[in-house]
Amino acid sequence: MEGKNNPAKNTSSKYKWPIVVAFLFLFIGTGVWYLVGPEESEEEVTDITEMDPDKVENGIHVRTGLIEAEGLQEVINNCTTCHSSKLIIQNRMGEEQWNSTIRWMQETQGLWDLGDNQKIIVDYLTTNYPPFKKGRRKALSNIEWYKLDQ
Amino acid sequence: MQNSYRLKRRNFVKKAGVGAVSTVLLSDIVYRNLLPEGYSPLAFQEPDPFKMFHKDPEMVLLNDKPWNMEAKAHLLNDDVTPNKFMFIRNNGIIPEDIDVSTWQLKIDGESVLNEKTYSLADLKSKFKHYTYQLTLECGGNGRSEFDPPAKGNQWSIGAVSCAEWTGVRLKDVLEDVGIKDDAVYIGYHGADIHLSRNPQKEPISRGMPIAKALQDETILAFAMNGEDIPLTHGYPLRLVAGGWPASVSGKWLNGISIRNKIHDGEKMGGSSYRVPCETVAPGEKVDDADMCIIESMPVKSLITYPKSGAIIDEGKSLKIRGHAWAGELEVSEMEYSIDFGSSWKTINVQKPVNRLAWQHFSGEVNFPKKGYYEIWARATDTNGNKQPMVLPGWNPKGYLNNACHRIAVKVV
Repeated sequence: MEGKNNPAKNTSSKYKWPIVVAFLFLFIGTGVWYLVGPEESEEEVTDITEMDPDKVENGIHVRTGLIEAEGLQEVINNCTTCHSSKLIIQNRMGEEQWNSTIRWMQETQGLWDLGDNQKIIVDYLTTNYPPFKKGRRKALSNIEWYKLDQ
Repeated sequence: MQNSYRLKRRNFVKKAGVGAVSTVLLSDIVYRNLLPEGYSPLAFQEPDPFKMFHKDPEMVLLNDKPWNMEAKAHLLNDDVTPNKFMFIRNNGIIPEDIDVSTWQLKIDGESVLNEKTYSLADLKSKFKHYTYQLTLECGGNGRSEFDPPAKGNQWSIGAVSCAEWTGVRLKDVLEDVGIKDDAVYIGYHGADIHLSRNPQKEPISRGMPIAKALQDETILAFAMNGEDIPLTHGYPLRLVAGGWPASVSGKWLNGISIRNKIHDGEKMGGSSYRVPCETVAPGEKVDDADMCIIESMPVKSLITYPKSGAIIDEGKSLKIRGHAWAGELEVSEMEYSIDFGSSWKTINVQKPVNRLAWQHFSGEVNFPKKGYYEIWARATDTNGNKQPMVLPGWNPKGYLNNACHRIAVKVV
């Protein structure tokens, strides 16, 4: 919605030349900065590449941390508007539980009707985030051993 | 009304910010089309929560919308929990533009004699101040262990704290306002914003029976550990009711309703902070009508020293310490086992500094020979209830897991 009134787009043709001049100036300035400036400037440069919202690395959608699979886009569009993808990733449920969770979000949290997307979303969740069997008590795991000086 | 005003202002600031950043980064035309609607460049995303909330980098971030973060056992070794190790459990968006000079607490409801509004200065000057160490544990602490899994933030063991809170007694304020004989419950209201940004919705509005509200230790706090309450923990005013699910301790407090029935605010009904009135089999469906509100938290303890994974030399004893708490009650006995519960030894546990403060235990553990060990800790409350070694009764939302905490030790 914000993008429709994007001031930068509307004004770019009008102020083309000043922008090109400014661009050149900044380009040269950046080059000089790159050669003599402090190292921190490199961080900003990498920030731009990491802005790609669709980037996938090792099967993980970088921006949300969700598994890249069929239904990912529907999950991003419908679920992460209100809450973090972190909440999805740490919860593991079956079909019935996901459907009742969606119903709860619709009844109390203002979630819209998902229509055909509901099945796509629930399939994505149950396929990629199935429940673990934990039993009554799990063994301790991921112990980081260290020598204790006493 | 106020919410929408805040919202407009926030978006304006964001837009101005995007323009400024893109000029500097030369990325305006090249990259803008790659940005999804409503997406802010990295420089203008929410800042690092550890820096923003002054949390230790070892804390574990569970959720960023809303913010939820927990401690690890060894981070909770202090007698009084400092902010940097205190868990965050937020249900909504932290209020924006807090102005303490205009902050008001409104007391209303069916059972109030006269509606009344206090400024922060009124509260501080009119009523006597009290300071208590109060244990606040999230009702869902330990949820991650339940099977079948329960939905929600998957807390492990770190959603508990015992900080020192300073404020005025709620009972003194209620006496000043005057409550009717038919009052049964109080409900709180806070300034936080619902995740949907709908100003008509409250993210959370829970409460407590009048008897709990009138306890000496139930306070309207304006300070934590001797300073202003940190923003994410309820600045500038928080209702604090130790020993009960921490969701009873409403943050950013701006209203209290004196009710003639059980408060029906957000997260008082359904499966929120409620458990089956009668125990059920794991995974069983439970009707809303058969769910009861959680009141006092159960007896529990944590070994905070050493950190799990210690390797020690054979023949040396190991000092251990930690905290134990029991909701409304006190911890009367503390035990540990190094043989998976075959035998238990008692260990010294101190009396609480004040009611509802956690208690500290410490002692020395000896191991008979080399090998892998687990130290299990078990507290007993004044009613004789002990912590279970396995998971306690399953419930749909995974509350009240007070199973024994344990750490791994290797003797070499």
